[in-house]
Amino acid sequence: MDDRFLFSPLQKKQEEESGVNSSRSSYWKDAWKTLRSNRSAIIAFYTLIFLMLMALFGPMLSSYTYYETHLSLKNSPPSTDFWFGTDTLGRDVFTRTWWGARISLFIGITASLIDLCIGVIYGTVAGFFGRKTEELMMRIADILYALPYILLVILLMMVVGSGLFSIILALAITGWIKMARIVRSQILQLKAMDFVKAAYALGASPMRIMLRHLIPNAIGPILVTLTFTIPTAIFTEAFLSFLGLGVQAPLASWGTMANEGLSALRYYPWQLFFPAGFISLTMISFNLLGNGLNDALDPRLRR
Amino acid sequence: MKKFFLKKIVTLLLSLFTIASLTFFLMRAIPGDPFTEDRVIPEEIMKAMYHHYGLNDSWYIQYGRYLKGIITLNLGPSFKYEGRTVNEVIANSFPVSLILGGEALLLSSSIGIVLGSLAALKHAKWQDHLIMIVTILGVSIPSFILATFLQYIFSMKLDLLPIARWGTFSQSILPALSLAALPTAFITRLTRTNMIEVLHQDYIQTAKSKGLSSYQIIWRHALRNSLLPVITYLGPLTASIITGSFIVEKIFGIPGLGQWFVMSVSNRDYTVVMGITLFYSVLLISAVFLVDILYGFIDPRIKRSIFNG
Amino acid sequence: MKKILEVKDLKVTFNKWHQKIEAVRGLSFDLYEGETLGIVGESGSGKSSAIKALVKLHPESITQMSGQVYYGKSELIGSTDKEMQKIRGREIGMIFQDPMTSLNPTTPIGAQIIEGYRRHFPHISSKEARAYAIQMLHRVGFSQPEEWISAYPHTLSGGMRQRVMIALALAPKPKLLLADEPTTALDVTLQAQILILLKEIQQDMHTTILLITHDLSVVAATCDRVLVMYGGKIVESGPVHELFASPRHPYTQRLLQSIPRLSQTKEEPIIPIEGSPPDLSLPLKGCAFCDRCPSAMQICAREEPPLFEEKVHCWLYSPRRL
Repeated sequence: MDDRFLFSPLQKKQEEESGVNSSRSSYWKDAWKTLRSNRSAIIAFYTLIFLMLMALFGPMLSSYTYYETHLSLKNSPPSTDFWFGTDTLGRDVFTRTWWGARISLFIGITASLIDLCIGVIYGTVAGFFGRKTEELMMRIADILYALPYILLVILLMMVVGSGLFSIILALAITGWIKMARIVRSQILQLKAMDFVKAAYALGASPMRIMLRHLIPNAIGPILVTLTFTIPTAIFTEAFLSFLGLGVQAPLASWGTMANEGLSALRYYPWQLFFPAGFISLTMISFNLLGNGLNDALDPRLRR
Repeated sequence: MKKFFLKKIVTLLLSLFTIASLTFFLMRAIPGDPFTEDRVIPEEIMKAMYHHYGLNDSWYIQYGRYLKGIITLNLGPSFKYEGRTVNEVIANSFPVSLILGGEALLLSSSIGIVLGSLAALKHAKWQDHLIMIVTILGVSIPSFILATFLQYIFSMKLDLLPIARWGTFSQSILPALSLAALPTAFITRLTRTNMIEVLHQDYIQTAKSKGLSSYQIIWRHALRNSLLPVITYLGPLTASIITGSFIVEKIFGIPGLGQWFVMSVSNRDYTVVMGITLFYSVLLISAVFLVDILYGFIDPRIKRSIFNG
Repeated sequence: MKKILEVKDLKVTFNKWHQKIEAVRGLSFDLYEGETLGIVGESGSGKSSAIKALVKLHPESITQMSGQVYYGKSELIGSTDKEMQKIRGREIGMIFQDPMTSLNPTTPIGAQIIEGYRRHFPHISSKEARAYAIQMLHRVGFSQPEEWISAYPHTLSGGMRQRVMIALALAPKPKLLLADEPTTALDVTLQAQILILLKEIQQDMHTTILLITHDLSVVAATCDRVLVMYGGKIVESGPVHELFASPRHPYTQRLLQSIPRLSQTKEEPIIPIEGSPPDLSLPLKGCAFCDRCPSAMQICAREEPPLFEEKVHCWLYSPRRL
């Protein structure tokens, strides 16, 4: 190429926008990408899927029920007959473990979902209406928050008695506060944004603003908090069961199995290790997933 | 200055009142009564016991008596253990829990701060990842599982440390470790997050531009400013240690307040449960209160606004 | 005049979020003792990254640097952190853009001045150091320095904080002062005061100043020479009055044109420069300004312009162009 050409004017393309990042993906696409690259969160997710599947189908895999006793074979270690061994009453630990999974997961997830509903409603109302209403509501929440959570749960359990639904009730009554606080602070942030003010100006009703604009945009932190509430509920249930306040025999959650397994620890450790191991695995997975979600959805942590 | 204090104290008293009342009414809502559990008691004796403990009076009289008792620091007698008062129970068993809790607190704060700082300094490198994994484990593995695991490995299998009971220092090691696991994880995470943020601040850059050594920068600038928020964690830390003690004391057979609480709950020993709940709540709320005040004194930005009204 | 700093082909690349950002793409210039050299450019031009790189202020783990920076006999880019610690503060001081965040909020300002000073003069007693700090505060314009020495940064206004920064940077009496947009965060009246203060101190202490700014009026008011940066490179350099009188590079010309002037009438439009700065995470071919340049030629998109007439990197000034 000769100099005459090289020094002639350059024709520029009009559409080419230099400097603007062409891969402008949306909030959710970005979040999904970040989450997918987080290996531990993905492993955790699949682990949880596996555990839930086993909870559903596990008991069907073995030929035993969770309550039938084989007294002559009690306290036997894991074998080809009894994959996880037997407990002090000769019951199959494998079947009981997955029944325990059903119970623990059911309690954990149900209680958390109830907390979700209560917390979201409470937090949205408080954040939306602001001023006196908000102050009052948050004061109540603060005082309740100051009370030791587990103490309250224990006391409540004493009142409502033990049993599956009592536990769910007790957990639900005490666990909504954290969700309410997070939702409220999100609502406060969103309230100041222009699209909400625009909706106001266009005459949208409070209900519509809350349902259509505020809550959907707060889904991120809500989801993350939910992912952390579930292991807390599972843990608290296990805690209660360990103290003897859990579901009644012969039903067993992982917590009650752990409690029963404690006394047999020295000689028949498998009775404790299977339920204990699965509790830990579940909680670790939920926590890893929650961390991953948090990293993916928190706008501050992204570029 | 006065206004600040006053406001805090009022909130404190309000919370205490709420808890006391809540506890009272919850207890009253429990079906059954304290005596029907163990054996069948002839009616006359039942009547006499009811009368003796004042259980025949209407609820507001009992409520009043209850509140009065609290103010005069008389928490009443135990229904289950003849001759023992709640005050005695607490006075005997709390010191044990205090020592155990104190050990756990010291352990978790020191290890937590060190690990957290290390993770922050080596952000995104292998030390950071390793520490984060350990943190996740600490947060996820329930204390009773950790406790039994430690017991199994160190006592039953390796026979290195005593299994249970209380009295010597070595007996306190395993329980303290089990109790400290969760708080350590939290403190590590908190310190790490704070320090990472602090290390990105502009004044760290200024410090570096002055030619300060890394040690000076970390010690004089990064550490001090990251630890301030960690102090506010001391409140929830106390709560976590209290609740953890229920399980740990049970597993290791430690005669502390936690074990008493659990026992009283199973025994439906109302006054003891109420008394201990109240005691714990006072402890907790005071801890939070103290921390608030402490923080106000340490952070110069808040100090100023307190002193200026 | 003696050279105090020689920068040869400085390149700075950051590895952030798995992206490589080439912030500085080959910077070369000389700095002479006693002068005030301005580096002017938009955000993203690389000027801040360059100046911090001179004292290796960027975190090592994400930064790659190449080229040479000679301060006297020492070459800085290849120096270890320990060696740099002797130079930072003592030989080369630095003041930053945002006085709100650049001071430690939990340490009194006196302590922050003394800290830098005692680092390099450890044998000074604390009494002497304190007296010196008071002196410095007085020098930068505090009328009652004893009252302020134990004050916390949040009790000071922006202008006062910036003065504290100056005091802090100049306490160890460095020969060179790097000023990263020292007046950008301040309002106009304060700007003038700070610039006057800097000039005064420069005269007193015979300091050389390297001043970064995006504001041409600051350059006009304080600098002897100026470098214009764009896309991580120098596009034009020269004495200030020459640059303002007859800017050569199209970018410089547009920059000067785009400043609204008091003498402007309503009919004369304010002419912005179209487009936006280049994305530094992508490799650049040819001249960085090509896309936005009204006089762009074919060669501009293909090859980077070398230095012509010892002043300007622009193909318009190539002798091949006839």
